[in-house]
Amino acid sequence: MATLARLQARLTGQWEEYFHRNRTVDEYRKVEHNAAVQIQSWFRGCRVRAYIRYLNKMMIIIQKWWRGYQGRKHFRKMVETAYFIMKMNFYNEMAVRIQKRWRGYYIRKYIHNYYALKKYLEAISVNNDIVRKELEEFAEMKEREKEKKDLEKEEKKKDHQARKMHYLLSTEQIAGVYNSPFRQSPDPMEVRLRKAKPFSYRRQQMKKHFTDEISDWLTCTSTLTFPSMKPLPPIGRQKPQGPFRDTAEVLQQRYKPLEPTLRVATSINSLEKAREEIKREEWRNRINDNKFLPFSSCHKNQDYDPLIHTSSKYGQMTYGIKHFREEHYEKWIANKDFETVFPSINLFNKFGQTYSKAGQIV
Amino acid sequence: MSQRQVLQVFEQYQKARTQFVQTVAELATRPQNIETLQNAGVMSLLRPLLLDVVPTIQQTAALALGRLANYNDDLAEAVVKGDILPQLVYSLAEQNRFYKKAAAFVLRAVGKHSPQLAQAIVDCGALDTLVICLEDFDPGVKEAAAWALGYIARHNAELSQAVVDAGAVPLLVLCIQEPEIALKRIAASALSDISKHSPELAQTVVDAGAIAHLAQMILNPDAKLKRQVLSALSQIAKHSVDLAEMGVEAEIFPVVLTCLKDSDEYVKKNAATLIREIAKHTPELSQLIVNAGGVAAVIDCIGNCKGNVRLPGIMMLGYVAAHSENLAMAVIISKGVPQLSICLSEEREDHIRAATAWALGQIGRHTPEHARAVAVTNVLPVLLSLYMETESSEDLQVKTKKALKNILQKCTYLPALEPLLHDAPPNILKHVVGQFSKVLPHDSKARRLFVTSGGLKKVQEIKAEPGSLLQEYINTINNCYPEEIVRYYSPGYSDALLERVENYQPIL
Repeated sequence: MATLARLQARLTGQWEEYFHRNRTVDEYRKVEHNAAVQIQSWFRGCRVRAYIRYLNKMMIIIQKWWRGYQGRKHFRKMVETAYFIMKMNFYNEMAVRIQKRWRGYYIRKYIHNYYALKKYLEAISVNNDIVRKELEEFAEMKEREKEKKDLEKEEKKKDHQARKMHYLLSTEQIAGVYNSPFRQSPDPMEVRLRKAKPFSYRRQQMKKHFTDEISDWLTCTSTLTFPSMKPLPPIGRQKPQGPFRDTAEVLQQRYKPLEPTLRVATSINSLEKAREEIKREEWRNRINDNKFLPFSSCHKNQDYDPLIHTSSKYGQMTYGIKHFREEHYEKWIANKDFETVFPSINLFNKFGQTYSKAGQIV
Repeated sequence: MSQRQVLQVFEQYQKARTQFVQTVAELATRPQNIETLQNAGVMSLLRPLLLDVVPTIQQTAALALGRLANYNDDLAEAVVKGDILPQLVYSLAEQNRFYKKAAAFVLRAVGKHSPQLAQAIVDCGALDTLVICLEDFDPGVKEAAAWALGYIARHNAELSQAVVDAGAVPLLVLCIQEPEIALKRIAASALSDISKHSPELAQTVVDAGAIAHLAQMILNPDAKLKRQVLSALSQIAKHSVDLAEMGVEAEIFPVVLTCLKDSDEYVKKNAATLIREIAKHTPELSQLIVNAGGVAAVIDCIGNCKGNVRLPGIMMLGYVAAHSENLAMAVIISKGVPQLSICLSEEREDHIRAATAWALGQIGRHTPEHARAVAVTNVLPVLLSLYMETESSEDLQVKTKKALKNILQKCTYLPALEPLLHDAPPNILKHVVGQFSKVLPHDSKARRLFVTSGGLKKVQEIKAEPGSLLQEYINTINNCYPEEIVRYYSPGYSDALLERVENYQPIL
C-alpha cells in the first residue's frame, strides 16, 4: 500500500508531467513534423537533382555524339557538292572555250566569211567594170551603126535628088547651076548629076497607084504570110508535184498545130467554084448541047383547058396561081421570113478539140 | 432608053454615097472637124451605110466610124448606143479582109476609152469573132484584131479574163512568131495588157509558152518592139517569185543589160522596170542580178537619163539594197551612192526624190559601214532640207524622215553629223545627239574636234525636257568633258561672268 501511496503521490505529479509531456509533444509535433518534412524534401530534392544531373550529363554525351555525327555527315555532303560545283564550273569553262573557238571558226568560215565577202565584193567590182566596158562598146557600136545608116540614107537621098533633077546637068554651052564658071572645080552635086540615070515617066505613074487608103493606118504592108517557125520547146523546169494530167496529153494540147475552122479553111469563092464544077460536069455528060425545045406544032390548035377544080363561073380561084399555101398574115409576129442561111456556130467548132473532156463518153 | 436613065439614077446615087463616105473618112482624120461632124449628125448617116450593098462603101463607112470613135468617148458611146456593134460583129464573121480590118479598127476605137464601153463590146459577142480574125492569113487583119483585144484587156481583170476565156492567148503567142514587126509589136503589147492584172492571167500567158518567144525578141533591133516585149516580161514577172524565176530561166540576163544602153528612152525605162520587178522578190534573185553586173548597168543608165525614166532604176537599187547588207554593200561598191545623191539634188519631181530618199535609206540602214558610205557623199543635209521644206509633198516628207532616221541610227561618221546639229528639228536632233553620245565617250580626238567645231556649244543651247531621252544624251555628252569647259560653253556664261565681275569686291 505504501508503494501504492507513494506511486499515487508520484502519479499526480506524473499525471501532470504526463500531460505536460504530451502537450509539449503535441506542441512541437507540428514544428517537428514540418522540419522533418523540409529536411526530407530537401534531401529528396538533392537526390533527384543528382539523378537529373546525371541524366543531363548522359544526354549531353549522347547528343554531343549525335550532333557530331550529323555535322560530319552534312559537311561531307557540302564538300561533295562543292567539289561537284567546282568540277562543273571547270567543265563549263572548258566547254565555253571550246564553243568559243568553234563558233568563231564556224561563223567566220561559213556564215560571215569576211575574206570571202571581200573577195566577192572585189569580184563584183571587177565584173561591173567588165560589164560597163562591154556595154560602152556595145553602145559605141550601135552609135557607129546608126551613123553609118544615117550617112547611107543621106547618100541615097542625094542620089534620088540627083536622079530627079537630072536636067540641071551642065552642057558644053551652058554651065549648070552647080558648075559655076567662077569655081575652080565643080560642086559635088554636079558630079552626082553626071552619074545619075534619069527616071522614066512610067515609074512616076506607078507611084500614084500605090496608095491604099485603108491600109495606110495599119503598118503591115506585106501580103499573105504564113507562120514560118516551128513552135519553140518549153523551158526546162522542175516537174510540179501532184497528180496532174498525163504529160503526153498536156504536150499534145499545148503543141496542137493550128486547126483552122472549116469556115476559115474553105476558100472565099468556094460557092462559085462548086457551081462551075457542077456546070462542067453537066456539060461533060451531055451528049447534045442543043436545048430541048418542046414540040410546039403538036398542040398548036388546042386551047388551053383550065382545071375544073380551080375554075368557077366567077373566074379562076386564086389558089394554085397566086398562092399555094394557106397564109394568115394577121397571125404573123414579125415581118421577116425565116432565115435560111446562118453563120457557123463557133462553139461547135471547138467540140472534141478543147482540153476538157466534158461531154465525152467515158 | 428609059432603062438606062433609071440605071443612071442608081449610079448617081451610088457615086454620091461613095463620095460622101470617102470625104467623111478624110475629114475625120483631122480633130477640128470632128465636132462639126458630130453636130451635123454624122453617126446616124453612117449607120445605114454600113449595111450598104457596095462593099467599098461599107468598108469606108466602117473606117470613118472608127476614126470618129477614136477621137473621144462621147462618140464611142454614141456608136454603142446606136446598136452598130452587133451589125459589125455579124459582118465581121463573113466579109473580106478590108472590111475585117475596118471593123476591128472600130472595135478598138470604141473599146479604148473606158471599161464600160469595153464591156459593151464583150457583151455583144465581139470577142469570139475577134479571135477568129486572129486566125486569118492576112497579117493586117491579125494586127487589127490583136490591137482591139489588147485595148479591151487593158482596163481591168474581168475583161482580161473574158479575153483569155475566148481563147486569144495561144493565137497571140502564134502572132508573136510572125515575121511582120508591127504584128509582133501589137501582139506583145496585147500580152502585156492581159498579164498585168493578176497572177492567174500571167500564169495563163506563161503556160501558152510566151516567155521563150518574148525572151528571143529582146535581141530584135526595132526599138518599139523592144519596148513592148520588155513591158510584157515585166508585167509577167511582177506577180510572184515563180513567174520571176521563169523569166530569169529564159536567159534574159545579161541580154537585158544591153537594152539599158539603147538609144530609145522608153526601152531603157522598161528594161529597168523588168530588172526591178525581178529584183524585188527574193534576195537570191537580187544576188543573181548583182552577179550578172546588173547593178552597174542600172547605175550607168540612171546617170544617162533624166526625169521619170530614172525612176524604175532608182527603185531597183532600193529593192536590191533592202534585202541584205551584203547586197547593199555591193550597191555601194558599184558606186551607186554618189549617183543617187546626184539624182536627189538634180531632180525636181517629188515622187522621184521620195524614191531616191527611200533607196538611200535602204542602203544606209544596215551597219555603220553602210551609213558611213552614205554620209560621206554629203547627202544628209540635202535629205534634211527636203524634210524641212514646206513645199514637199507628204509622201516625200515621210520617206525622207524615215531614211534620215534609219541612216542616223547607224551613222558613226561624225563630220557628216556636225552640220545636222545646227539645223535639225527636235525629232531628228535626238538621233543625232544620241549618236554623238555613243561615239564621244570612247574617242578623244573626236571629243577635241567636237569642241573646236562648235558642236559642244550647240549642244548646250539645246533645250530638252528633263527626263527625256534627249536630256540623257546631253548629259552623257556633258559627262565626257571637264566641268569648266561645259560651263564655259553653256549659254549665258558671259553674262554670268560679268555678274561676277560686278559683284566682286576688289581686295585693296
